Amino acid sequence: MLAALKQQFRSWLFRPRIESGTVTLNQRRIFIIPTRQGIGFVFVLLVMLLGDINYNLSLGYVLTFLLGTTTLMTMLHTFRNMAQLEIRAGRTDPVFAGEMAQFVFHFHNNGMLPRYHLKIHDGTGHCVTFDISARQSVEIKLPIRAAQRGWLGSGRLTLFTEFPLGLYHAWSYLQFDTRCLVYPKPAAHQPLPDSSEQSGKGKFNVAGDEDFSGLRRYVAGDAFPRIAWKALAREQGLQVKQFSSQQGRELWLDWTLLPGLAAERKLEMLTRWVLDADMQEQNYGLRLPDIELQPGHGAAHRSECLRALALCGLPN
Amino acid sequence: MPASVGTVRIAELEPAMQLNTHLIYGLLICVLLISIPHAEHLPFWVSSLSVMLLVWRTYLAYCNRPLPPRWLLFAVMAGSVGGILIGFHTLFGREAGVTLLILLAALKLLELRSARDATVVIYLACFVIITGFFYSQSMLTALFMLATLTVILATWVHLQSGTLALRPRLRIAGILLLQAIPLAFILFVLFPRVEGPLWGLPQDAYTSSGLDDRMSPGSVGKLALSDAVAFRVMFKDHPPQRDQMYWRGPVLWDFDGHTWTQGRGSFKPPQLDSLAYPIDYTVTLEPQNKNWLFALEMPTQISIPAAMTYDFQLRQNSPVTSRERYSAHSQLGYRANAEEDPRQLQRALTFPYNSNPRAQQLAREWHNNSTSDEAVISTALAYFNREGFHYTLSPPQLGANEIDDFLFGTRKGFCEHFASGFVFLMRAAGIPARVVTGYLGGEYNDLGDYYIVRQSDAHAWAEVWLRRRGWVRIDPTAAIAPARVELGMAAALPESDSAALPLMVRAQSPALINVPSWLVNVRFKLDALTNKWNLWVLGYNPERQFAFLTRMGMEEITWQRMAFAMMAGMALLVGFFTLLMLRQLTVRNIDEVQRLYLKFCRALAKKGIVRETHEGPQDFAARAAQIKPQFAPAIADITARYAALRYGQSDAMDVNGIQALRRAVAAFKL
Repeated sequence: MLAALKQQFRSWLFRPRIESGTVTLNQRRIFIIPTRQGIGFVFVLLVMLLGDINYNLSLGYVLTFLLGTTTLMTMLHTFRNMAQLEIRAGRTDPVFAGEMAQFVFHFHNNGMLPRYHLKIHDGTGHCVTFDISARQSVEIKLPIRAAQRGWLGSGRLTLFTEFPLGLYHAWSYLQFDTRCLVYPKPAAHQPLPDSSEQSGKGKFNVAGDEDFSGLRRYVAGDAFPRIAWKALAREQGLQVKQFSSQQGRELWLDWTLLPGLAAERKLEMLTRWVLDADMQEQNYGLRLPDIELQPGHGAAHRSECLRALALCGLPN
Repeated sequence: MPASVGTVRIAELEPAMQLNTHLIYGLLICVLLISIPHAEHLPFWVSSLSVMLLVWRTYLAYCNRPLPPRWLLFAVMAGSVGGILIGFHTLFGREAGVTLLILLAALKLLELRSARDATVVIYLACFVIITGFFYSQSMLTALFMLATLTVILATWVHLQSGTLALRPRLRIAGILLLQAIPLAFILFVLFPRVEGPLWGLPQDAYTSSGLDDRMSPGSVGKLALSDAVAFRVMFKDHPPQRDQMYWRGPVLWDFDGHTWTQGRGSFKPPQLDSLAYPIDYTVTLEPQNKNWLFALEMPTQISIPAAMTYDFQLRQNSPVTSRERYSAHSQLGYRANAEEDPRQLQRALTFPYNSNPRAQQLAREWHNNSTSDEAVISTALAYFNREGFHYTLSPPQLGANEIDDFLFGTRKGFCEHFASGFVFLMRAAGIPARVVTGYLGGEYNDLGDYYIVRQSDAHAWAEVWLRRRGWVRIDPTAAIAPARVELGMAAALPESDSAALPLMVRAQSPALINVPSWLVNVRFKLDALTNKWNLWVLGYNPERQFAFLTRMGMEEITWQRMAFAMMAGMALLVGFFTLLMLRQLTVRNIDEVQRLYLKFCRALAKKGIVRETHEGPQDFAARAAQIKPQFAPAIADITARYAALRYGQSDAMDVNGIQALRRAVAAFKL
């Protein structure tokens, strides 16, 4: 009952909502409370005041009042350290599941006052500390772990500061509509599907021996003569030369090629293949239950395929 | 394992702040600054130990060595506590407490592991500053406190910001302090004052070396070397002659051959008649931890509750532990107790009969050869004057029969020797007499229009009781060294002695002209300032607050009203600061660029080159350069800078660019 009321009060006070565009931190958005050290310092001041009264220390009164009013004014300084900052979310590059998503935020300080020691953190303990000089913008990257494929939101972030004396904690909640695309985690290495096994229509891409098309990592079972000894000598690890005969042949990475695997495992496998095929600069197409991407190559094509894999079967 | 779990949690909550070397140096300086005012009161071993700990910490920080193990610190702490217990016999007294706090602060520096430890050092430093005020609350102390506070605040900002450079740190600390000063002023004036002490009696609050309620050879003489202020006096009208300025203090009746004491007397009320020469004045008495107050002979009225004893001393019920201010009314002409209690007269004739036989014999001769008491007194004063007595600060040691030794042997003495010898002779000659101690004279401060009476003005004189005339003041010192009464002590002493006097006292005498007049002047100015400081800052007690607020027009002073006025004043000032501070957040530099360009246009317009409304900056610059070719480079430069800031790719937030434009426009003179 009490907890529910508290929750309601919090939701009224902090008004959690997702925002887009530029957010300016005004009074309504900044909350401030004394820190534990702040309360401790007030206690020290009270003891000092008692001493002043007991011993009639006039200069003691002066010192106590100086420190007391400093404590009071610090609240304003702490608030001001955050006030009127303009914040917008930047573009966040996609990552693979299991990696850290680097959420980008642009902070702009429009005033003549340098801001010191601002901190931003998500709920899970990732924290970034930064300063912003007068009339400057900074780009802050907050790493958040991307656990699974799909869209990853930044969640509710807390921007806070305790500058200058750590007596007050001023904070503001930020929840932008920014999101990071998380690709499926690439599966362990597997050879690309052989064109001979393809039964689909259209052209096939066959790993042939006509043209050298690149190097790929060695997989157990690869033929010895194809090992790139020069690469090994360059300390690039054990790699295998790949040759392809692409004229009129394309590789189809097909969902149906992987029967007997869980859907997520299939997506991980397909992701691995997309990466390998892209590395070998092959023409490849992707066939998923809900989408079919015509064969192509290049960075844009790769991104499109990975995006399709990331969002496969997810509500948009 | 719970301890380690706790540590981990704290580390998560407070991300381990970088306690970098510079922060540690800052904390070291803080602890050093707070210890300096205590250096002279601390036992030597504590000062040395503190310095050693600070040096050790500096070395560790400099070489980036790990901190000493906890058991070692614990051992040092236990040793220090033991030392304090042996030295002070307690841990909780004021002195012992201060000593302990300073050692704790120094030891804490050797245990700096987290931001929390650094915070503890800073809080401790703030607290230790206040303990320094037990010993001194002078203006110099106040200035030193402000400096220390700035350093502490700057270090504190460093702790919270981690990377900030020294200059912005000091700037922020300075801003915090400058904003706090007016707010603290409001609090200081209006915070409802409570008269301490809240608990106990701070017997040790003030250590003073003032007049005592007993007198023996040397007891007044040692005060002559102190230029501490006893009290200050402001006369309402004309001040009296210097030789009338006898500030009456303890009256001493009983003599044991060495020491004069007050003893216990009757409770017959004092009587004054034939009063003449009234005088009004205000005394600001320094704390002396004694019950008596000082007034000109003889006081008839006083503004604070005080009782007049049977021998005309003013006494309070409680010792004067804080600076006290009272106005008094005295009559310089008087007849005191013309009808005296016979028992009192008997007391005033008593002396140890088995000592000082030669003095007793001399007194008896005088008595037998004289026709009246007055004649005996004149003979005695003439004896002091003629028989080669010397007034000196360093009289020789006296034997068992002190009076005999002095009168017939050494013949060198300070006022207490003469007063003591004279009263003994009077009593032996059958004339009731007593010793009066107090202060004589005072030094005029023309800047503050008041007199300063210092401890060095301490004096002892005699009173004899004569039929129909009552108690009459006789100052035997005047018979040997009239200058002491008329000009002050420095003039009365021989050259060799006065060199030992403090400068303040020496300069009092016009006879000593080797003190330059500007120095005397500076000294007076300083003392006037000190007096104001004492009155308004240190002496701002409940009475003074009440008087001040009444004078400010506050009616019916209650703590509620004071609290209300305080809150209102604070709110106004904080509101003003808020406006100032938040303005900085929204200054638009683009307007500044436009303003500077318009200023440049106005400068040209004064010379008849007016920019047309259709004219762009480039066209206008070209036209202006044609008219004033000698200024072409400057015009082109300003226009280029303006265009770059206003229209160009350069960032409009470019502070340096704006500053360059400002300089260029300011330098542009046609």
